[in-house]
Amino acid sequence: MSKDIHAIASKPYEYGFVTQIESDTMPKGLTEDVVRLISGKKNEPEWMLEYRLKAYRHWLTLTEPHWAKAEYPKINYQDIHYYSAPKITEKKASMDEVDPELKRTFEKLGIPLFEQKKLAGVAVDAIFDSVSVATTFKGKLLEAGVVFCPLSEAIEKYPDLVKKYLGSVVPHTDNFYAALNAAVFTEGSFVFVPKDTVCPMELSTYFRINTQDTGQFERTLIICEENSSVSYLEGCTAPMFDTNQLHAAVVELIALDYANIKYSTVQNWYAGDPETGKGGIYNFVTKRGKCQGKGSKISWTQIETGSAITWKYPSCVLIGDDSVGEFYSVALTNHFQKADTGTKMIHIGKNTRSTIVSKGISAGKSENTYRGLVQINRSAKGAENFTQCDSMLIGKQAIANTLPYIDVRNASSSLGHEASTVKVSQDQLFYFAQRGISMENALQTMINGFCADVFKELPTEFAVEATQLLSLKLENSVG
Amino acid sequence: MVSIQELYAEIEGKSILKGLSLDVKPGEVHAIMGPNGSGKSTLGKILAGHPDYEVTSGSVTFDGGNLLDMDADERARNGVFMAFQYPVEIPGVNNASFLRMSYNAKRKHLGLPEVDPFEFELLLQKQSKLLKLGEGLLDRSVNDGFSGGEKKRNEILQMMLLEPKLVILDETDSGLDIDALRIVAESVNRFKSPDRSFLVITHYQRLLDYIVPDVVHVLANGKIVKTGDHLLVRELEERGYDWLTGAIPSEVGG
Ligand SMILES: Nc1ncnc2c1ncn2[C@@H]1O[C@H](COP(=O)(O)OP(=O)(O)OP(=O)(O)O)[C@@H](O)[C@H]1O
Ligand SMILES: [Mg+2]
Repeated sequence: MSKDIHAIASKPYEYGFVTQIESDTMPKGLTEDVVRLISGKKNEPEWMLEYRLKAYRHWLTLTEPHWAKAEYPKINYQDIHYYSAPKITEKKASMDEVDPELKRTFEKLGIPLFEQKKLAGVAVDAIFDSVSVATTFKGKLLEAGVVFCPLSEAIEKYPDLVKKYLGSVVPHTDNFYAALNAAVFTEGSFVFVPKDTVCPMELSTYFRINTQDTGQFERTLIICEENSSVSYLEGCTAPMFDTNQLHAAVVELIALDYANIKYSTVQNWYAGDPETGKGGIYNFVTKRGKCQGKGSKISWTQIETGSAITWKYPSCVLIGDDSVGEFYSVALTNHFQKADTGTKMIHIGKNTRSTIVSKGISAGKSENTYRGLVQINRSAKGAENFTQCDSMLIGKQAIANTLPYIDVRNASSSLGHEASTVKVSQDQLFYFAQRGISMENALQTMINGFCADVFKELPTEFAVEATQLLSLKLENSVG
Repeated sequence: MVSIQELYAEIEGKSILKGLSLDVKPGEVHAIMGPNGSGKSTLGKILAGHPDYEVTSGSVTFDGGNLLDMDADERARNGVFMAFQYPVEIPGVNNASFLRMSYNAKRKHLGLPEVDPFEFELLLQKQSKLLKLGEGLLDRSVNDGFSGGEKKRNEILQMMLLEPKLVILDETDSGLDIDALRIVAESVNRFKSPDRSFLVITHYQRLLDYIVPDVVHVLANGKIVKTGDHLLVRELEERGYDWLTGAIPSEVGG
């Protein structure tokens, strides 16, 4: 009997293991005391605690939003651990002192915590549950004047910068999850690139959730002063648990005059059980960049593959004249996953330009929604936007939605929009097979063709990985 | 080469092949003719391993092994090739890279090193010149927007590249202009060899004037209802199929 494509075994999620390490985990639940405790664990100054408490009190007044195209039961915020850290949390002076079990974990995930090895051109900050366990190449970066460290360290060492910029792009009043994050964030990366500096290497933060029922609330802050530039990449994975885990991050980017920030994400959180849809990460994230300076540029590239539910709109606020915002996205959903993702481009300055390229791939019984807003204010004379939204449907039960919102308040701006939908048919895959090409290679090739415009935006070190990741996720999905 | 015994097959619960038997020896050319909807393409796709069709009983031996045990891509690498009646379009996938991928999959199977794009380019140029295939077609997406005849030539190009053992040509002649028909037929004739077999599905005598079959079968209602030599083609051209399908087909089985 010839084997149906359905029957080809799906490769299980590779990163679903749990690291056995003693951890210091706070009891479940969220109260003002928990907020104080987190702040205390991090030895934070009074102003930081005040910041958190204000956010917490505001959060109490809010209700959980449910407008995205994804239904899920109300989250019980008292059933989550808000802090969990591996026992040996003292930051080590040298990489060699990092706990061997943690080192092995990150190695298994393909993230070397040794300098000058596999990814020699990339500095890595590795975050395990609620704390950063290692940051590589810190010294070399500091020589160039670039600060790359965990946010908790920045609060201690660069309080003025943190005070000035934290919450300046995403205030705690922005939305429900932004408020929650501001109250309980535990870790994240801090990047500061001073005036006239090109960051000498790729920066990368790697997030790993390990402990069951732990929320990860990281907070990333990247500041590029005048004429400086940086390329930053984040990666994420989590073990397989049959309960859902909440990941509610906030990322803020600030670009001053002629600064250039490139922010890439390869998101591979656990997506839940392929058969039942049980478990997986709820990825509710607020990412926003402010092009504050003249001629500044912020570019988001994201490859979204994991998570049970993704709810995320990396956005650009284009304030400086001639500033540029870009959003390149591949969102892949399979089985029972739901992704509601897109961007907001807010044009305020004159001659601001934005580009949106979104590629949604839906397979299995998943649902993939592009939701985007292009807003051109009266002040944004001569603004331009180009939007392209393409969907690829694999199999007969997957759903794709495209919801572009446009709000134009002046006549001198110009907008272009293109959209398309392609279906990957059994007959196309059969054509590949009839020419001797395996299913895996066939999908990889088709995805590559479909996503080429986005992949070329990724740092080269990660482009190949991204392609392989996507085709892995799609095995066993056509029929 | 290939031996089909009492094959029954269905798609979405509808039975299409109903006890088909056929034996093709190495080096032979068999023509398959028959009314629209009789199951000719189905037979080809089943031999090639299309997953939508279910074989409910019967057997197919290919090159001494059980063909039905293999996945479609495995069958292809082992030498089963089908030139499709309606080659599917694959937007976004470059034709030349597709051909190279396919070529290299076969090489890998044979334990040979893969060829690089440059080397392959030379090979392609040679083959596509023989077929008078416009060079532009190699730079475009697979079959995407190709004319009917261009698609068919692209199929033949693949056949020549992959050097299969069993070639199924499903109405490769339809859609070809007069010159193209001759070019394609000549390519096929040149490609004939003592260890290669052909199943040529067609509705028309003109192709079989070029590619002279050793055996001609008529497929109707899911089985072979008549088998003869190439003279049968002329008879069918004159008389149509009614005399075969209307007559007690079960008793004229081949
Ligand atoms: N997916 C399907 N569902 C139902 N019936 C199908 C399906 N695919 C094919 N068939 C039917 O199977 C029968 C045989 O089709 P097939 O394509 O093999 O005919 P054919 O002999 O090649 O005809 P033609 O000469 O027109 O190319 C037809 O009646 C066709 O409608
Ligand atoms: Mg047919």
